[in-house]
Amino acid sequence: MDPLLTILQKEARTSLPDLARQLSLSEEEVAEKMHHFENSGAILGYHAVLDRDLLEPNAVRAAIEVKITPERNGGFDRLANRIAQFEEVQSVYLMSGGYDLLVVINGRSLRDVAAFVANKLSNLEGIQACETRFRLKTYKEEGLIYPLKEPPEQLSVTP
Amino acid sequence: MTGTNHKIATTVAAIPRSGIRDFFEIVQSMGDVISLGIGEPDFVTPWHIREAAIYSLEQGKTSYTSNLGTPRLRKEIANYIGKNFGATYSPENEILVTVGVSEGIDLALRALINPGDEVLYHEPCYVSYAPTIALARGCAVAVPTKFEEKFRINIAELEKKVTPRTKVLMLNFPTNPTGAVLSQQELVEIAEFCQRHDLLVISDEIYSELMFDGAKHHSLVALPGMKERTILLHGVSKAFAMTGWRIGFACGPAEIIEAMMKVHQYSIMCAPVMGQEAAVEALQNGAPSVIKMREEYQRRRNFVVAACREYGLECLNPQGTFYIFPSIAKTGLSSKEFALQLLREKKVAVVPGTAFGASGEGFVRCTFATNMEKLKIAFERIGDFLKERQ
Repeated sequence: MDPLLTILQKEARTSLPDLARQLSLSEEEVAEKMHHFENSGAILGYHAVLDRDLLEPNAVRAAIEVKITPERNGGFDRLANRIAQFEEVQSVYLMSGGYDLLVVINGRSLRDVAAFVANKLSNLEGIQACETRFRLKTYKEEGLIYPLKEPPEQLSVTP
Repeated sequence: MTGTNHKIATTVAAIPRSGIRDFFEIVQSMGDVISLGIGEPDFVTPWHIREAAIYSLEQGKTSYTSNLGTPRLRKEIANYIGKNFGATYSPENEILVTVGVSEGIDLALRALINPGDEVLYHEPCYVSYAPTIALARGCAVAVPTKFEEKFRINIAELEKKVTPRTKVLMLNFPTNPTGAVLSQQELVEIAEFCQRHDLLVISDEIYSELMFDGAKHHSLVALPGMKERTILLHGVSKAFAMTGWRIGFACGPAEIIEAMMKVHQYSIMCAPVMGQEAAVEALQNGAPSVIKMREEYQRRRNFVVAACREYGLECLNPQGTFYIFPSIAKTGLSSKEFALQLLREKKVAVVPGTAFGASGEGFVRCTFATNMEKLKIAFERIGDFLKERQ
């Protein structure tokens, strides 16, 4: 992977001058590269990784395993794209195995998620079955382990 | 007579405490310091390696091992060195597992040195070289290296210092603290020098995996005629972020390894078994972790070298290790003054170059094995410190 992406993936807020120093490039070159990755869609966006348990203790996250009937033209794509449009849907993946789509959704409460499944998802034409699994606790999110750990102590000066 | 000071052996009384130790105590006494004085990776040992050690404990692997180290680890070391250093060693009798390279240096010197034998080493260098030579009753002969020559060894300087009593040349490339590396051609010249004067070599190659810009480590033992006269010292500490596990190893001619093993067996017995188990996993499966850490170090190196140069400090772009060794001569301060003032005024710890020998005067060692966030703050503070002195 391009070293610029490696840095941004870990710390997207690194300033242009700092990026330039780390990559031994000029700031213009870094800016150009960033635009390139943004325009080509390699970088989809930048966002904060939130500790949702802290911010919204009652919020729920669910993974819904969805079985659908593939269509003659386009297979799973049309329905998957429709599901992806819902705002509460975080991610949609086509999966191998016993079901077809894995839909990850965030809701404010259990009721919210239940309503989404009952009123929106299961009504869509082509949906055969939904199995909803609720998250109980988060141990790792986007590569960050919860709770954020203090680094272990090191001696301050060593040979 | 009261006290026991006069009872301390003269050799021990005569060696100074490490300059690092003195400085460490000052830093410890202050709170809230960003330390660029650390001589080890800031990464925690990769999880798969820690996990392997935990598994070995679960299995009850808690006994002494063979004095030479577990056969399994010695086999892995032989594979690893064969693959990466270009020399084959027999796990049977040419490899000894030590408690870090530090023990390896001590064993090698004690196994080879008769009182008064001279040992050449390049300086600035790792803090233990001269004292360990003295403890082995040898005579330490420093060969200064220069900033203008990228802290590489100058053969003419070696020729000036070699005498009929010279028995060993100690090498450490990539070098702590300067980050110097040698080209293949320079190695060949050193090999010729050693053959010309019939010297043995103790080659501490602990930083060999931490090379940047795609540069490849060249080992002395790969050169014709050198394996026979070289003790290669290496270990898992730096490359695999395993300093606290204390696992190093020595590879060399069977007679010398046997002699080192005798000292080792009576003083240490064996390296800790848990560390040996972890080292097997590191050597077998650790390469991807090393690559990841190396890439991170390289980005940090780019950052700190750029920052130094922006502030007008002369600084070589090191091709290895995780240290920069910038010249602070233009501030008019000595290394120690610079380090102390920077510490007191800006709460940033760097190590005075003189901790690594007299020829380190005019320089300080800064590690970039510290996370980027801290490096940014530290170098902003160093920038302020320098501006205030213009």
